Amino acid sequence: MKDKKATKIVFKSADEMPAMVISIGSQTHNKTGAWRNIRPEVDRSRCLKCGICWKFCPEPSIDIVDDWPVVDYDFCKGCGICAEECPAKCIVMVEEQK
Amino acid sequence: MKKEKKMTLTLPVEELMSCGHLACQGCGATLAMRYMLKALGQKTAVCIPACCWAVIDGPYPYSSLEVPIYHCAFETAASTATGVKAGLVATGDNETTVVAWAGDGGTFDIGLQALSGSAERNDDIIYVCYDNEAYMNTGIQRSSATPYGAWTTTTPVKHFKNRPKKDIVAIMAAHRIPYIATASIAYPEDFVKKMKKAKQIKGTRFFHVFAPCPTGWKSRPDDSVKLARMAVQNGIFPLYEVENGEKTTLTLKLTDRKPIGDYLRLQGRFRHLKEPDIAVMQAEVDARWERLLKGCEAA
Amino acid sequence: MKKVIMGNHALSYGAMLSRTRVIAAYPITPQTQVVELLSEMCADGTLDATFIKVESEHSAMASCIGASVAGARTFTATSAQGLALMHEMLHWASGGRHPVVMGNINRSMAPGWSIWTDQNDSLSERDTGWMQYYCSSNQEVLDTVIQAFKVSEALMIPAMVVLDAFALSHTYEVVDVPDQKAVDRYLPPFAPEIRLTPSDPHAFGGLTSPEHYFELRYKLQKDMEKAPALIEETGRDFEKAFGRPLGLVDAYRCDDADFLFVTSGTAGSTARVAVDALRNEGVRAGNLRLRVFRPFPFATVRKIVARAKKVAVVDRNISYGCHGIFFQEVKSALYGRPQAPPLFGFITGLGGRDITVEHFKEMAAQTLSHDRPEEEIGWIGVKR
Repeated sequence: MKDKKATKIVFKSADEMPAMVISIGSQTHNKTGAWRNIRPEVDRSRCLKCGICWKFCPEPSIDIVDDWPVVDYDFCKGCGICAEECPAKCIVMVEEQK
Repeated sequence: MKKEKKMTLTLPVEELMSCGHLACQGCGATLAMRYMLKALGQKTAVCIPACCWAVIDGPYPYSSLEVPIYHCAFETAASTATGVKAGLVATGDNETTVVAWAGDGGTFDIGLQALSGSAERNDDIIYVCYDNEAYMNTGIQRSSATPYGAWTTTTPVKHFKNRPKKDIVAIMAAHRIPYIATASIAYPEDFVKKMKKAKQIKGTRFFHVFAPCPTGWKSRPDDSVKLARMAVQNGIFPLYEVENGEKTTLTLKLTDRKPIGDYLRLQGRFRHLKEPDIAVMQAEVDARWERLLKGCEAA
Repeated sequence: MKKVIMGNHALSYGAMLSRTRVIAAYPITPQTQVVELLSEMCADGTLDATFIKVESEHSAMASCIGASVAGARTFTATSAQGLALMHEMLHWASGGRHPVVMGNINRSMAPGWSIWTDQNDSLSERDTGWMQYYCSSNQEVLDTVIQAFKVSEALMIPAMVVLDAFALSHTYEVVDVPDQKAVDRYLPPFAPEIRLTPSDPHAFGGLTSPEHYFELRYKLQKDMEKAPALIEETGRDFEKAFGRPLGLVDAYRCDDADFLFVTSGTAGSTARVAVDALRNEGVRAGNLRLRVFRPFPFATVRKIVARAKKVAVVDRNISYGCHGIFFQEVKSALYGRPQAPPLFGFITGLGGRDITVEHFKEMAAQTLSHDRPEEEIGWIGVKR
């Protein structure tokens, strides 16, 4: 996975900025997990390891860790596509506790 | 129970798009980009005009992609990509694949001239139009890719869009470019396969990718892949390839083509349609499907 | 080597000697010969470049920008309607900091259709952040293209080399075409620090909020402010290498002048003839031809104009609802200065109407016989 530890960039003056309008850091500083109202929870006991949830995540915020799909809640926006597409219906969207 | 089973991934594993991007929940356009980059790899340069992806990538000074991007003016996806390719080749880089990545507005409408120019010259670029069927980035205004019957902010319900969607594949086929393909976010393996095939071809290659937009279609975010699949299965968005403007090959033969009503009912932008309107639309989809079948060999 | 060539071809030779690698251009009268010769040069291998035959000027500039950011030296040429069509992309080239060099043949803007010369097309682009050089001989055109690449690439700011339609573009003059090796010594290959490449991926030109945009544009202005000194320095180096100076201005008999014309383009060479004639009549006249309009050469203009007693600024353009553009800029350069002679602003030669020595004498007569202008705009040569 790409560097997920990126931090916000702050320029104190014009001199710190390259002359060309270019990106110099990763957008992963932006934790989009804060967007969601519902979160997916994977029931491993019924998971088929088909990889479909990983395949259809638009972020992508499902990683394959030790051969299991693991949701990265720092970034998951709670769209629910993984739950909808899971053939085993083993992903449930639950309300976030706010 | 399933502990011994290995995870089966049907797409290349490497991610060249990172999270933290600004796409809406359930965005089809991000899946399209994710799949394209999996197919093409890191030696890719993407030219992105004004469109949702101009914003999705993240603001200055950040980016979500592991490949270089040139954010270009609205109508210049193709002309910028043409220039970038020429510049890279001039400086000794013959390997990097240059992609023009534009929405339907920047392709069917304002960007059509530049696209036609590049295609006529057979410039060595891959042009990908991710089609969410309206000017979504500016707030859901109609484009010439908006389907007949759809509500948009400039085709309100009392004046819904009453012109058919422009046939961009036919327009591109008329340029006799080496390769054209339609693709869908619901069929990522097919998209990746076609993109890898395109990568090996020199000249102008064009992709029309169906990318549902929950925000603009007034659909559920979790329905995006499902809607894309339904559009393929009911013939609204057939999957096929056109080579050299002449040879059409159907990717998916539909023996049991579904009626379009179920697809339309999942989207608020079609909520105002009456049965007679839907019948007109169904007849058009049927006729277009028959024309497509006549013009091609089944895969 | 000396050749007899037209102004358009001087642009082509300049681009060729500068080892341009990518050209994207669209034909428009009176620029066509520029791109036709460049096409031939690419085809027969005289120039190792890709020529993209784009389908409009807007695409021409977009493709030039794409090639430039990928690290290639790029060139294009256009005129009037084509330049206007490029307008959006001119902003893009400067804001994106792409050192594209472009020849612009000054041609009148339609309607009605006109292929003859005036300066409104290029001056309408004055605020786009492009450097602008105005030439008055084919030699100067060729030389300026080479200098422009050097300055633009040092500052990462695009530049246009401007010449009059037909008076220069289609007029044949003797031009000393420099030796390629000598040009290579003067102008090294384009080697930008940042370019578009997967081995160092960046997103160029992303969404920029009020938190950052101001500083980026501040930097563009600060870099443009380095241009006058750099133009003078590269101009002196050019003189050392090729024997011809390329400064910010071309000052003719200004040192002891009581009366000055301020001119640009080919009118600036007709003015020299008028200066000599006036001198013969006892008027201590001089001609200050502005070679560089952007960046505006404030210090040089102030220094030279301050010495005169009366100044006639000659514009072959007009900003409707206001005045001639060179006039306004010279006036603003002198505003509040302790030594600011009265300025008379003349507008003449629009639509390609010939500007003659007689016209210059008329401007001198009006200026010398009045303390201040009778009319806001001194119209010369129009049937009123």
